[in-house]
Amino acid sequence: MTHRIGVFICHCGINIAQNVDVEALTEYASHLDGVIVSKNYKYMCSDAGANVIKDAIKEHKLDRVVIASCSPRMHEHTFRDVVRDGGVNPYCLEIANIREQCSWAHTDKEQATEKAKALVRSAVAKAKLMEPLSTSTIPVIPEALVIGGGIAGIQASLDLANDGFKVYLVEREPTIGGRMAQLDKTFPTLDCASCILTPKMMEAANHANIELFTYADIAKIEGSIGNYTVQIKKKPRYVDIKKCTGCGDCAQACRLKGRVSNEFDLGLGKRGAAYLAFPQAVPLKYTIDSKHCLFLTRGKCGDTPACKEACLQQAINFDQKEEIITKKVGAIIVATGYDLLDPSAIYEYGYATSADVITSLEMERLISSSGPTKGEILRPSDQKKPKSITFILCVGSRDETQCTWCCRIGCMSALKHVYLLREKLGEDVEINVCYTDIRSYGKGYEEFYRKVRGLKTNMFRGRPSEVRNISGQLTLDIFDTMTSKLFEVTTDLVVLVPAIVPRFDATAFARILHLTQSGDGFLLEAHPKLRPMDTFVNGMFIAGCCQGPKDIQDTVSQASGAASRAAIILSKKELEIDPLIASVDEEICTGCGICIEVCPYDARSLNEKTRVALVNDALCAGCGGCIAACPSNASVHKNFTKKQILNMVDETL
Amino acid sequence: MTEEKKEHNKEEFEPRIVGFLCNWCSYAGADLAGTSRIQYPPNVRIIRVMCSGSVDSMYILRALLEGADGVFVGGCHPGDCHYLDGNYKARRRMVLLKTILETFGLESERVWIRWISASEGQRFAETMRDMTDSIRKLGPNPIAKQWNI
Ligand code: FES
Repeated sequence: MTHRIGVFICHCGINIAQNVDVEALTEYASHLDGVIVSKNYKYMCSDAGANVIKDAIKEHKLDRVVIASCSPRMHEHTFRDVVRDGGVNPYCLEIANIREQCSWAHTDKEQATEKAKALVRSAVAKAKLMEPLSTSTIPVIPEALVIGGGIAGIQASLDLANDGFKVYLVEREPTIGGRMAQLDKTFPTLDCASCILTPKMMEAANHANIELFTYADIAKIEGSIGNYTVQIKKKPRYVDIKKCTGCGDCAQACRLKGRVSNEFDLGLGKRGAAYLAFPQAVPLKYTIDSKHCLFLTRGKCGDTPACKEACLQQAINFDQKEEIITKKVGAIIVATGYDLLDPSAIYEYGYATSADVITSLEMERLISSSGPTKGEILRPSDQKKPKSITFILCVGSRDETQCTWCCRIGCMSALKHVYLLREKLGEDVEINVCYTDIRSYGKGYEEFYRKVRGLKTNMFRGRPSEVRNISGQLTLDIFDTMTSKLFEVTTDLVVLVPAIVPRFDATAFARILHLTQSGDGFLLEAHPKLRPMDTFVNGMFIAGCCQGPKDIQDTVSQASGAASRAAIILSKKELEIDPLIASVDEEICTGCGICIEVCPYDARSLNEKTRVALVNDALCAGCGGCIAACPSNASVHKNFTKKQILNMVDETL
Repeated sequence: MTEEKKEHNKEEFEPRIVGFLCNWCSYAGADLAGTSRIQYPPNVRIIRVMCSGSVDSMYILRALLEGADGVFVGGCHPGDCHYLDGNYKARRRMVLLKTILETFGLESERVWIRWISASEGQRFAETMRDMTDSIRKLGPNPIAKQWNI
């Protein structure tokens, strides 16, 4: 049977039309074998454009549609709906990408038009062999996994839980709270970070619909949208959290008390091997650090481990083993946060060599009343009050040699510090700020900046070339581009505001989830503007700084957004699954079993009786691996069949 | 064919390249090149496949027999394949295919396999430039020429 194909060519305003001769292309397409009608329109994806397609389908009784427009990654779904409404099977649609891969990449109109013709020709060749397909459905598991227990993960979990969905919240540290828990105050309102965060942490921990897994990693994720299987690896904390009351007797007794540097305070404070990251930790359960604990590292801690003796609840259990827990979920939200660039990478600022060169996050811990100095500002080197503090902004940010991007929070966090330091130290401290530009773009930010500028702050616009440390005295030269003058600044404490970078293990983690990273290493969103919380993996969403630097406001909005995106899936009983998967031509199949070996999803098996290979539709992801491997051409990739591809090859040439 | 004619052909020779790009990485990378308006020679005609591991050697042979001067296969970086290991399958297959091509007397450099991620628009464009240049230097596909006779 010969098909009736319609070709629809989009101008995309002038995006396509300026480099591709749309009229010539339309005329050309109309003569292709099998093409009944060929039309062009300014915006095919608009309502009016959709009507052009639908009307033509009716008028010419079309049964196959080729649309030459933007990338199928952009509008394939939109156009599938259009042709379905028009009465054609949505899988009898082929898109020729004449925008991204033609008009935008080639400015020579003649050449671009020639290429567009070839692309349309090959799309028509494929369309001729398209088969109507019907989607099957799979049941959706109405539960979600949220990875990362910072403010983004907490917000997303709460939203989903309040929507009535069961949520597994996995955090790799012993407590939730993330970066925000390390902050003292938040800009520009100067809310106390823990006062606004702790209630949310508690709510998440106590919510009937949220199951918390702290001190746990994601070991493996399999499956697809609606039906993921997740393996959660619970690291042993050597404390039975059912028994632990959080009394702290173990930490008091620990022989290493005050001798292990506390990562929560970025090494400025000390803890023991039995510890609680910070007093408001959730869950309020102690952890024994297996890297330092004497008993765990040397097999001996006095006669009996001191913590074990001290714990009246007998919660200490050195026999705890790593545990793998398997859960099934319908959607996943990734909110794994960020790291700060280690400023030792920028050698000239002396972070690695001078104790009194610290980062802004370390400053945050110094300012915090629950921090290592109980909120007193003391120089790390001699525990004296500094008389002069100098901030250097954009350390590694907006820098071709380190991170090209802006960290988006550095300016505001430094201004916040200036404000808080003035408040704490009064007039007897000199504050210098070396900035590149002050980016105070958010609501209330500019007003806050203005307030700080009135606080006797020396603002230098420029980047110092180095921080010199001459027998404990820090000096730096700064050329202020506002006054065109060179200043020499002698100071007691230097605060570097480092770039925000992806988590150190972002690449390995992205692999576990099959997520894509953008060039900067952050997780890539499906569309930068229109699908900022979606990823290219259906059913997986991203929120917060794992996607790129942002402030708390934006993080929380994005987390709620991701939760509502996930809820769209979770609220459905069933989901349609893409039918572009493998099938078998039973006449030809010899039952050799090669497909079974190559399938990464265990979707292929053999019917022992008939000696014909089978496909499990729910497991098949449609990669096409078995199709290329099949020696007898019995495996078929629906709508990517060998015949179709070969036809396309013939026609592109 | 005489030497002279060959030279002549080479001068105005515009290579024809067929590219098989995996949907998740290289195809997205090519899209990004376009979105960023990075220019590259229009010699490559792209066919979208779901994964580089689904590219059958037959596709490449057919392209070469039908007159393509070069064939490009683009996949995700090793370890990044959307379907776990399709790109490894593709890599193995290409190595084999290239040996076979050589035994037929066809330069194996006509077939390129490269890893280009969704964020590497620039790299995609550069690769297309490099490939077009090097195929142009290689000259027209000799099998295709015989085909024409
Ligand atoms: S999906 Fe890109 S190579 Fe497999």
